[in-house]
Amino acid sequence: MQWETVIGLEIHAQLSTRSKIFSGSATTFGAAPNTQASLLDLAMPGTLPVLNAEAVRMACLFGLAIDAEIGAKNVFARKNYFYPDLPKGYQTSQMDHPIVGKGHLDIALEDGTIKRIGITRAHLEEDAGKSLHEDFHGMSGIDLNRAGTPLLEIVSEPDIRSAKEAVAYVKSIHALVRYLGICDGNMAEGSLRCDCNVSVRPKGQAAFGTRAEIKNVNSFRFIEKAINHEVQRQIDLIEDGSKVIQETRLYDPNKDETRSMRSKEEANDYRYFPCPDLLPVTIEHNYLQQLRSELPELPAQKCERFESQFGLSAYDASVLSASREMANYFEQVQRVCDDAKLAANWVMVELASLLNKDGLEIEQSPVSAEQLGDMILRIKDSTISGKIAKMVFEAMAAGEGSADEIIEKKGLKQVTDSSAIEAMLDEVLAANAAQVEQYRSSDEAKRGKMFGFFVGQAMKASKGKANPQQVNELLKHKLEG
Amino acid sequence: MHELTLAEIARALAGKRFSAEELATTLLERIRQLDPQLNSFITVTADQALEQARAADTRRAAGDTGVLLGAPIAHKDLFCTKGVRTSCASKILDNFVSPYDATVVEKLAAAGTVSLGKLNMDEFAMGSASESSYYGAVKNPWDISRVPGGSSGGSAAAVAARLIPAATATDTGGSIRQPAALTGLTGIKPTYGRVSRWGMIAYASSLDQGGPLARTAEDCALLLGGMAGFDTKDSTSIDQPLDDYLAALAKPLTGLRIGLPQEYFGAGLDNRIADKVMAVVEELKKLGATIKEISLPNMQHAIPAYYVIAPAEASSNLSRFDGVRFGYRCENPTDLTDLYKRSRAEGFGAEVKRRIMVGTYALSAGYYDAYYLKAQKIRRLIKDDFSAAFKDVDLILGPTTPNLAWKLGEKNADPVSAYLEDIYTITANLAGIPGLSMPAGFIDGLPVGVQLLAPYFQEARLLNVAHQYQQVTDWHRQAPNGF
Repeated sequence: MQWETVIGLEIHAQLSTRSKIFSGSATTFGAAPNTQASLLDLAMPGTLPVLNAEAVRMACLFGLAIDAEIGAKNVFARKNYFYPDLPKGYQTSQMDHPIVGKGHLDIALEDGTIKRIGITRAHLEEDAGKSLHEDFHGMSGIDLNRAGTPLLEIVSEPDIRSAKEAVAYVKSIHALVRYLGICDGNMAEGSLRCDCNVSVRPKGQAAFGTRAEIKNVNSFRFIEKAINHEVQRQIDLIEDGSKVIQETRLYDPNKDETRSMRSKEEANDYRYFPCPDLLPVTIEHNYLQQLRSELPELPAQKCERFESQFGLSAYDASVLSASREMANYFEQVQRVCDDAKLAANWVMVELASLLNKDGLEIEQSPVSAEQLGDMILRIKDSTISGKIAKMVFEAMAAGEGSADEIIEKKGLKQVTDSSAIEAMLDEVLAANAAQVEQYRSSDEAKRGKMFGFFVGQAMKASKGKANPQQVNELLKHKLEG
Repeated sequence: MHELTLAEIARALAGKRFSAEELATTLLERIRQLDPQLNSFITVTADQALEQARAADTRRAAGDTGVLLGAPIAHKDLFCTKGVRTSCASKILDNFVSPYDATVVEKLAAAGTVSLGKLNMDEFAMGSASESSYYGAVKNPWDISRVPGGSSGGSAAAVAARLIPAATATDTGGSIRQPAALTGLTGIKPTYGRVSRWGMIAYASSLDQGGPLARTAEDCALLLGGMAGFDTKDSTSIDQPLDDYLAALAKPLTGLRIGLPQEYFGAGLDNRIADKVMAVVEELKKLGATIKEISLPNMQHAIPAYYVIAPAEASSNLSRFDGVRFGYRCENPTDLTDLYKRSRAEGFGAEVKRRIMVGTYALSAGYYDAYYLKAQKIRRLIKDDFSAAFKDVDLILGPTTPNLAWKLGEKNADPVSAYLEDIYTITANLAGIPGLSMPAGFIDGLPVGVQLLAPYFQEARLLNVAHQYQQVTDWHRQAPNGF
């Protein structure tokens, strides 16, 4: 049977406010345990929450960016359950009246098509603390530094049809929240986490299958693997004649499998009700207008502009606009060298592979945008060839100086003196006399192939420094002649 | 000294007739001698009190003329007091020493009051008899075989017995006004949001409100002036200028329109109390008031609505008492669930558990709409009743309680009969309006209270009417025998 995968995602984005959503404690990651826990974060009797206006501003920015309705009146609710890292015995969240209502986000698929993913809602809530089960001699430790950190929970419609689409969607959300400056997107530190609701159904069936929710997946790679694994598990189950049960599962990246955490029957009754300690928040029209005017250029707009302004392909434009840092870097290179296509190629190929190799983010790049732009200028004015440029680039990455310094120091300046090139070519042809004979007696098709051999020999002889165009022309002349 | 009201004490201290230290010493001695009969204090903070008293005397000597400077008070034991046990009269907080001061405590300390200790109450303020305390029942000074009302019974008994001139208290369904009525005191529950709830351990957050218990309206005005005000730490606190409660006391009552709701005089009300209420009405007429019969048609739904909303909020508010970070923890828990279950089962008393269970049930999936949402709708109707009534009248007057103080243990077997004692007071909490109870005479030697209700933020009006009434009566000057 042909199966169709149906996926909806809940993404928790930690908002990068300086203090917590309901208390004045700092939100810095990695502080010593419980040093960022105030009376309120400890749920001391008698303490009361006060809403952080910055969290509201950030949620509104997100709402505007996904073209959503923003609740004129939104209400905080208590989600009641007992757990040691939830000090109040309830999580303050939003239920019936979330701050961000229905919206959507367009994502670029690998084949270049654009797909619109519906966003059901996004609501504000507080994060829980952390339970630590190691190093306490059979007891558990609790760190409440994270308790009360503001989260925006972004809930998608079940519009996603494959693990790859899911990853593309999460990447788009990731880019968006970073563009907006509302979340640092650091998935390793848990700043962006994802719950994946996955089900399968026979292709063509309208009704959804029973879904399982995979909790807290925290990397793009794991999202793809966890979903693929879960889809296969569900298909196997159904094809073996059993049923998928509605449950919460955990993905174990070490074993690459999901396992059951709790079933629907074991699920808590959270007894949501409006939090009586917090008043409903009214968002005024003028406030939203003001925020709208402060919105930065968003990924989709930037992508479009890269296509129209620079003539880039849709794919290149989408890669280069994927993050604000990447886009800024590219635009800076482009400004220096005034050649968008060369700039795009160098950023997407050589720079990307360099960063990838060392596991660096673009803002940590050892080669600055100015350096790269200057180097491209040297390609454009024929000081170096593209091939030599790769050596220069590597040297820049190793911290050996600017392109000009490296070209000078290493004597990489391209040879454009025709007589020098001719002399060098004569030597090459003399050393390969047999091949020259063969060439001259071959037909056009075969000659084409052999020509490359002579170019290669010539470039090798010049240590790559001969101007390739001149080599081509002169070589053709000599062989034909 | 102990017979003086707060206002008289303020004048005596200003006139240097005695020092704050002498006064505190006298009252601490009285508490030591007399409180064993009443059990009104959970904790007496003698050293701290004397220190505060000496500091007040020093401030006065330096020229400070603050009206509450050196005034001896005590706090209901649900106001957090830094470095002092704050128990909520519960075993679960028996070992809890608060690391911070409630806003009310902080404000009153800054004004120079001298806190003699922490007052007994119903456990977590749940009750109307002050019998559910982990530290034992509080007795009514007018008859120590009877209850003082609740939940602020310790505050009421201590003030009625002249152990202290005034006390802080809180009112969620009548917990200031009902004990005031049963012990012959004046007590005011301010508008919801008038007094900060920061540091006031929550029972039902949308209903809880702090206020003063004292012998006279003037004393309530004095103490409320020190307690009330906007607080950025409480999101439900309201940023509205504070009236000068003392200055408003003298206003004549000419033209005052008083409404008598017919529903307050129906079945269930002790006829002798009804007569006392009507006698108050006659007095107020003489002072210039006019009387109008009104109706608050949804009052009958108030108790059921309250007993859904308050327990629902309580079930969530009390979740933090889990044996993990502070308070009581059971011995040798076998695992996390055991820790939770036994710490809470052993730490909470019967009435608290009853309300947690009722509230949990009311919020459960499938019942929420039928209970919690329905109760919220009733709450809206009750608010609307008051808004409509206050179009025609300035104040609403009626009995504070349907019955006199009952015998200790009398209503233990039937909690609902105790719940019904709050029938006249609960509506003010549901609507958020201010209410005051003042002494209106005695029946068989037991005090009777009359309740006044006013529109939002008209505390000054309530205090003014009570004060004018107290200028022509002396019920508030009576003292119980033996105290």
